[in-house]
Amino acid sequence: MARAFTPKVITANHLLEGDVIYMTDTGEWTRLMSEAVLLTDEADADVRLLEAQQQTDVTVGAYLADAIEGEDGRPSPTHFREEFRRTGPSNYFHGKQAEA
Amino acid sequence: MYQYNDFDSAFLAERNRQFRGQVERRIDGSLTEEEFRPLRLMNGLYLQLHAYMLRVAVPYGTLSADQMDTLAVLAEKWDKGYGHFTTRQNIQYNWPKLNDVPDMLDELAKVNMHAIQTSGNTIRNVTADHFAGAAADEVADPRPVAELIRQWSTDHPEFQFLPRKFKIAVSGAANNDRAVIKAHDIGLYIVENDAGEIGYQLVVGGGLGRTPMIGKVLKDFIKQEDLLSYLEATVSVWNLLGRRDNKYKARIKITVHEHGIDEIRERVEERFQAIRPTFGGIDLDMFEDIKTFFAAPEFKTASTEAYDAAYDADPMFRSWVDANLSAHKQDDYSIVTISLKKHGETPGDATAEQMHAMADIARQFAHNELRISHEQNVILPHVHKSDLPAIYAALKEQELHTANIGLVSDIIACPGMDYCALATARSIPVAQQIASRFDELKIEHDIGHLQIKISGCINACGHHHVGHIGILGLDRAGVENYQITLGGDATSTAAVGQRVGPGFAYDEIVPAIERTVQGYLELREGPEETFIETFRRVGLAPFKAFIYPEAQANAA
Repeated sequence: MARAFTPKVITANHLLEGDVIYMTDTGEWTRLMSEAVLLTDEADADVRLLEAQQQTDVTVGAYLADAIEGEDGRPSPTHFREEFRRTGPSNYFHGKQAEA
Repeated sequence: MYQYNDFDSAFLAERNRQFRGQVERRIDGSLTEEEFRPLRLMNGLYLQLHAYMLRVAVPYGTLSADQMDTLAVLAEKWDKGYGHFTTRQNIQYNWPKLNDVPDMLDELAKVNMHAIQTSGNTIRNVTADHFAGAAADEVADPRPVAELIRQWSTDHPEFQFLPRKFKIAVSGAANNDRAVIKAHDIGLYIVENDAGEIGYQLVVGGGLGRTPMIGKVLKDFIKQEDLLSYLEATVSVWNLLGRRDNKYKARIKITVHEHGIDEIRERVEERFQAIRPTFGGIDLDMFEDIKTFFAAPEFKTASTEAYDAAYDADPMFRSWVDANLSAHKQDDYSIVTISLKKHGETPGDATAEQMHAMADIARQFAHNELRISHEQNVILPHVHKSDLPAIYAALKEQELHTANIGLVSDIIACPGMDYCALATARSIPVAQQIASRFDELKIEHDIGHLQIKISGCINACGHHHVGHIGILGLDRAGVENYQITLGGDATSTAAVGQRVGPGFAYDEIVPAIERTVQGYLELREGPEETFIETFRRVGLAPFKAFIYPEAQANAA
């Protein structure tokens, strides 16, 4: 039996800066996971991923990352790798944590 | 130090011009990412977790003061003010922008540096003993032959699309290997035969990663005039025979393992005989030319009274001298290792300011030379003892005076999941916490020589397999988990560590390491018996009792 679809965000690295970006509900790109669209429908997620992958002037390596709706109603990571991607490294106050 | 000739400079300028065009074409959409990726990797540019990462080669770990200054300039101008020195004698910049990379490469070219073949399935940066040309125990300086190999392997047309990456290391001190020779695809020891001739013992098929192997001797003695043709024959045999169907089985260690060292030797010999005449002696002429660049500096003579007085008077200075200095071949000279392992800091990181300071020290006191060690420290290879107090004072101003070389806080750690896209767990904070913990306990000088090496994934960039204590960070069901191995050895008596048992959670690994070390202190016969010696004497079981006290209690 196929596994049930779990919610996802679409994420990638930005072509020029290389930093982590997320797709918003309107198909724009944001640096903040909290502004990403949380996709709960598998077919919708697949179509949007294809759109993301075609935007090669903006994205590198777009993929679907597992996420859940956080307490604030915004997408939140389920895996520590995605937590580091949305925050930055733990040894320096660099990356997204410093830009917010 | 080797200086580029017109050919080298023109080659690098052309290569940088090509890459600038490739970046422009990627940005304007003429190149897809699939097309661009192998091109950027050939030039050392990765895309990591948070940003691009540029890996710059420090060939055989040797730098001039001007080159170190340029590394600092890159950090200041195009990165976040620091660089990370790696276990392969490279430096990595963690935050460059794609647009800026061509300018960074042009800046590097001004001081004869590049990022070519620091990635991809090619022959990578040739590494060497970081005490090369200075150590009291070496047969010959490995840097000239490392430079010869660098020139031979750079853009070698036959070896641009190998089955996998290929790493070569050279040591001039077979009995005191500081370059992890036996964990390389090819490792070379410079040796002297019974007739007093200098040649090479070639070790093949070593490597870490998911299938760690200690290299095997392919040939005991290769004459200088045969070295490049023999290397070419070896890589060539693997290039055809290596497994391209499975990247996990593509390294030469697997080829040697599957075919056996004897069959590989036969094939290499056959190939060697075929290609040997094509070299025609040009490589020997080049080698003689290269050697002239690596002449020893003009050593000075001076009174060491000031040094002796400082050693007697200043316990901090004495501690640093005792921990960070190594024997030099020249009387009254020392090799100074500058620790990039201040307790609680990131192993291998140096700020731009620190890099400039180290360059200034090298210029003023150390014959203009620096080295990068695979242990992620910086070396001043030639220091007269009379200059040590001034050097120590200058290092102290930059917080580069930590006295911990070879001790428990002198930890090798890969970037791990704080930066690396391949990582399965973090390495850096584990290293920071272990170092801080033992600093709090104030027992690291009592513990003595102990190498902890940490990798954040199975690829083993942190050399955990050959750490006296190895730590491997994994992702176990979505949670960081750390496995401990004991008894690894990175030297001439190389050995792969043994796994002790179940792994530990992120917040359990530091206490587990503390128990391991406390166990050693109880098990050792005396302070003169090092951790690795105790492990070899008693084996794994007594350590397990310390590492898993609950299991022990349950069994009782």
